[in-house]
Amino acid sequence: MQTLDIKEQPINQVKATLSQNISGSEILLKGLIEEGVETIFGYPGGAIMPIYDALYDYTDKLKHILVRHEQGATHAAQGYARSSGKVGVVFATSGPGATNLITGIADAQIDSTPMVCITGQVFAHLLGTDAFQETDVINITTPITKWNYQVTDAAEIPEVLAKAFYIARTGRPGPVVIDITKNAQIQKVDFEGYIKCDHIRSYRPKPIIRTSYVEQAAALINAAKKPFILFGQGILLGNAEQEFKAFVEKSGIPAAWTILGAGAIPTTHPLNVGMLGMHGNNGPNVLTNECDVLIAIGMRFDDRVTGRLDKYAKQAKVIHLDIDPAEIDKNVKATVPVWGDCKETLPLLTQLVDEKKHDDWLAKFRALNQIEIDELITAELHPQTGELTMGEVIHQLNLLTNGDAIIVTDVGQHQMVACRYAKFNNTRSNITSGGLGTMGFALPAAIGAKFGAQDKTVVAVIGDGGFQMTIQELGTIMQSGINVKIIILNNQFLGMVRQWQELFNDRRYSFVDITSPDFVAVAKGYYIEGQKVSEREKLVDALKAMLNHKGSYLLEVMVTKENNVFPMVPQGCSVSEIRLK
Amino acid sequence: METNIAKQEFTITVYTENQVGLLNRIAIIFSRRKLNIDSLNTSPSEVDSIHRFNIVITETEDVIRKVARQLEKQVEVLKVYFNTNEDIIWQELALYKVPTDIIAEKVSVERLLRQYGARAVVIRSDYTVFETTGHREETDALVEVLREYGLIEFVRSARIAIIKASDGFHTKINEFENQQPGEQVFENEYLNNGQKVFTM
Ligand SMILES: Cc1ncc(C[n+]2csc(CCOP(=O)(O)OP(=O)(O)O)c2C)c(N)n1
Repeated sequence: MQTLDIKEQPINQVKATLSQNISGSEILLKGLIEEGVETIFGYPGGAIMPIYDALYDYTDKLKHILVRHEQGATHAAQGYARSSGKVGVVFATSGPGATNLITGIADAQIDSTPMVCITGQVFAHLLGTDAFQETDVINITTPITKWNYQVTDAAEIPEVLAKAFYIARTGRPGPVVIDITKNAQIQKVDFEGYIKCDHIRSYRPKPIIRTSYVEQAAALINAAKKPFILFGQGILLGNAEQEFKAFVEKSGIPAAWTILGAGAIPTTHPLNVGMLGMHGNNGPNVLTNECDVLIAIGMRFDDRVTGRLDKYAKQAKVIHLDIDPAEIDKNVKATVPVWGDCKETLPLLTQLVDEKKHDDWLAKFRALNQIEIDELITAELHPQTGELTMGEVIHQLNLLTNGDAIIVTDVGQHQMVACRYAKFNNTRSNITSGGLGTMGFALPAAIGAKFGAQDKTVVAVIGDGGFQMTIQELGTIMQSGINVKIIILNNQFLGMVRQWQELFNDRRYSFVDITSPDFVAVAKGYYIEGQKVSEREKLVDALKAMLNHKGSYLLEVMVTKENNVFPMVPQGCSVSEIRLK
Repeated sequence: METNIAKQEFTITVYTENQVGLLNRIAIIFSRRKLNIDSLNTSPSEVDSIHRFNIVITETEDVIRKVARQLEKQVEVLKVYFNTNEDIIWQELALYKVPTDIIAEKVSVERLLRQYGARAVVIRSDYTVFETTGHREETDALVEVLREYGLIEFVRSARIAIIKASDGFHTKINEFENQQPGEQVFENEYLNNGQKVFTM
């Protein structure tokens, strides 16, 4: 008995000293540190002031990057998450601060990016009174978050924060919003330490693997004459690049990528047969409708990938590997659904598949891609005369970076060109807004990507239209001193929309003619070096100057005004009806 | 194939945590797809602290299956089942307010009550409130009759349903509370059962 008492006492004492009476704001910051957060992208305001006040004493542990618009904070957090594999964190105030996050949260939701957004909210007793800067953040963000929660009592903060991080990064990742009323930020409660979350009873991040389905999948693959792999971001999100490579190499099956899956295996890998979808390569699109077994891994059959669904791979048996059961049969009916984390399912499958080579089948992809090279790629990448093309800029960039840079793209023609022609040796090096197609994504995302991968060269490739959507983030670059390289591919048009108007609306160019400021002068105003080129002879030197420059650099490249991105699967057409011109 | 394409009435049973805001999260899964909810009921379940939604909707099985998966994907949703009317026992409650003088004077109240399985809940000098429990056709039939006698108010509750083949949620909840889901969880069960069951 007595020994017990003696033993218990010091433990109680330790507990007493561990328990601190601190504010909700400080608990939040301590929790973030426990979650391994180092960088926060944010913008202060009235309803989040207590958290910012607490942050003042934590700047040695938490780096806060002041953006110029809250949308920029979300995209930066996305870029950070995508380059580092960690959870991106955002701070914003209530009302307009929170509503400015919407685009980025929606983008993170559709592209499965782990992100935790902390928004300040008015005092709990003012909720529902139309108080100054009150908006119903929870209800506004419900359709675009994986989970959200409003905290009105400081005592809830540790558990809610732990849940938020757990939910954001596990299973199919996604954005989480925690809305914290001002009173809860100020309120002092006893804090006994932070406990990370590893289980929520109503939440099953990973469906259990059914080996019988893995076996059925392997049997289909082993009997296949023309198997074809489609891979998406699931491989990156599951950190399953090695497992994927092993599967591809043993099975010898040609593999094509969605734009978010780019880089899961290197662009130059002999079994990588190119990009899928609307502006993807000829071989993978045409042969989707010829393969006998289609193996989709960590991808969701987006309409930009499938084209017309009722003419999509109808001849094929479909094996679908995905961690999210809601994706199975959503767009394309699976013959065998392999639910589970591909990091676990792929090795099981690799074990069961025969070691094979599909040389003749692979040759078909090569032959179709060769037609594409001859008919359009050569002219795009190696023009001898005329104005600069987007493709040759990306090609020259590849030669200088050797495929080791992180390429962040905005949305439009330049995005498709960059995704098509950029070389990716490494995973997590193509960062783009895939599902939402958010113009204005690239500049802030590049800032975040660099913070997430400081040893990498980060190049943002942006159109003249999209750049003007988040141009103010040049201020974030200026103030943080971060080193990102910006290439503006200026075609003096909202190019992608113009292309559609040319092809489908009889060249009725309705409001796609966009004028731009002197981008180099604007950059100079932010103390960012830059130059503009329009001649072929000067392009390589300009790219070198950009890459060799010690800090951030803006290179504006004037390109052909009315170039179109081809190939193209016109909307409403089947993937095999891909047009090369 | 045919049944898959034809629209029919489905009752979706959703087991959830009791959380503010969850009703909205569930409702928008339907409204986003422009699906009309015929009836929605939320109540406690056989398990303490677990809530149970009953949602009735007329749709094709294919759409229901996709919606069910989206529902089950929500963090605070534990489990989703969907059933056709043959698989369940269900009831709706209806209340009817009628002027007492007319009813007493013109109608053989006793016969009416017996015929429609109704009962009087309140009888006052100015009005009387009847109640029936049953399927929609039954509660609707009485409305038609009472309309002729100056029906003042009518209200019908959402459907509540019990799944014939269910063992309840008691064993499932233990599984959910465990860190590691046990053998009990049948992934892809729906495929084995000819797409009759939805489970994650
Ligand atoms: C926020 C937003 N608004 C509108 C669009 C529609 N849109 C898609 S591509 C595009 C044109 C982009 O033009 P630019 O940035 O100059 O790039 P380019 O296509 O010329 O390479 C537009 C307007 C969008 N994707 N995002």
